[in-house]
Amino acid sequence: MNPLQPIGRVVFAFLGTTGRLMTFLASGLMHTVRPPFYPRIVLRQMVDIGFFSLPVVGLTAVFAGMVLALQSHTGFSRFGAEGAIANVVVLSITRELGPVLAGLMVAGRIGASLAAEIGTMRVTEQIDALTTLSTNPMKYLVAPRLIAGITMFPLLVLVADIIGVFGGYLVAVHKLGFNGANYLQKTWEMLTYSDVESGLVKAAVFGFIVSLMGCYHGYNSKGGAQGVGRATTNAVVSASILILCSDYIITEMFFTK
Amino acid sequence: MSDTPKIEMRGVTKAFGKKVVLNGVDLDVGVGESVVIIGGSGTGKSVTLKSILGLLTPDTGSIKVDGEEVIGMGSADRERVSHQFGMLFQGGALFDSLPVWENVSFGLLAEKRCTRADAHGIAIEKLAMVGMNADVADLMPSELSGGMQKRVGLARAIASDPEIIFFDEPTTGLDPIMADVINDLIVKVTREVGATGLSITHDMASARKIANRIAMLYEGKIIWQGPVEDIDHSGNEYVEQFINGKAEGPIQMAVRA
Repeated sequence: MNPLQPIGRVVFAFLGTTGRLMTFLASGLMHTVRPPFYPRIVLRQMVDIGFFSLPVVGLTAVFAGMVLALQSHTGFSRFGAEGAIANVVVLSITRELGPVLAGLMVAGRIGASLAAEIGTMRVTEQIDALTTLSTNPMKYLVAPRLIAGITMFPLLVLVADIIGVFGGYLVAVHKLGFNGANYLQKTWEMLTYSDVESGLVKAAVFGFIVSLMGCYHGYNSKGGAQGVGRATTNAVVSASILILCSDYIITEMFFTK
Repeated sequence: MSDTPKIEMRGVTKAFGKKVVLNGVDLDVGVGESVVIIGGSGTGKSVTLKSILGLLTPDTGSIKVDGEEVIGMGSADRERVSHQFGMLFQGGALFDSLPVWENVSFGLLAEKRCTRADAHGIAIEKLAMVGMNADVADLMPSELSGGMQKRVGLARAIASDPEIIFFDEPTTGLDPIMADVINDLIVKVTREVGATGLSITHDMASARKIANRIAMLYEGKIIWQGPVEDIDHSGNEYVEQFINGKAEGPIQMAVRA
């Protein structure tokens, strides 16, 4: 066998998938701005993605903030730099851990449920049924979920930022013996607009990635229960990887000149 | 009324990869006629139906609805043509996130032919046509048995007074008595709404009951068609084997797809 053959096959498969994904993305985005709109469904998805993710995101954020305070204390006390803990916590949370941890958690929660729901609709012919009932499935299923993902994620991350900083405060004040007012003041002094802004931009991008991957893999699932299972796995894995990749790219865009 | 058939298929082919599923299908369905396509599993019955519905695009050939070519049609025209279609899916394909009444009136709401306030009443009316009382309107599809789901599917298919109704294996998965109830309902409602019917099935009892004309699909081609009265003396050994359900004969069952 020609040794170039498998390389070519992989390249073609990659290009094919990228092309299909881009077509899906273009069509999905187009339908978010063209009527008819489905405000009722957008709202339901917003509640599902935004509101019902709050417990997961909140718990993740509070523990991230707490462990961050604890770990940086261990490290910084060696140099006598305990005072920097507040700075480290607030910068790490708003710039990185808030969006990334929330993104990964919600990728598991929402990405999986989107892929499973839409995948089941595909294999039980409900998506075909939509088409025969004069409803474009891209408009009815995909566009509302993309809108909900892009809009709700930044709000979730904002909440996660606050809860994360609060987690750091809890540990610093109640365990490490810092002065509460002093800690908060340092937190506030250090924080700049661009720290939060970059985190929220990341959040919007991650929300888009999670919704897109969930919808794309669900929409293209085939082969019964096994196919839906595969779609779910692929949605979560690809969303997580894309979140980490895009995180680096956005960070570089924001913070290197 | 003209002589133009409601549906006219000429030389329709469709292949998935190397597997040729349709190999030149020619079929006419006259206005007000009920045609049943019979054939074994994997002979391309579903693909034929989905090609007419526009869920799949054939590779070559022509499909005309009311004398109008639908292959290669723009999406706006396509939508206009599909407004006159109703479809009963094999598994019912009810939207499991919506209550029964919203399922039934889904097409009407999508086409803005009624308001949400009226939709409930209209749904109950349509449910009565398939012999279901008003209580089921507020149930979720998952609370219904398979036979009941089929009935709701039928009510949904006739809700927008379609001119052509497609039935995908309407009796598969039902007990013989429920199957007969569904067959009777199909005959009754298609007559009541004055629709043209095109069904696919491998259930001969069902085919005899709902068909004016039967066509047999084998290896991607229509190998025999004629009035339902002629099915028992078709003089075609493939048809003979199929309707008598014999393992021996010219049709060899492929063990592998």
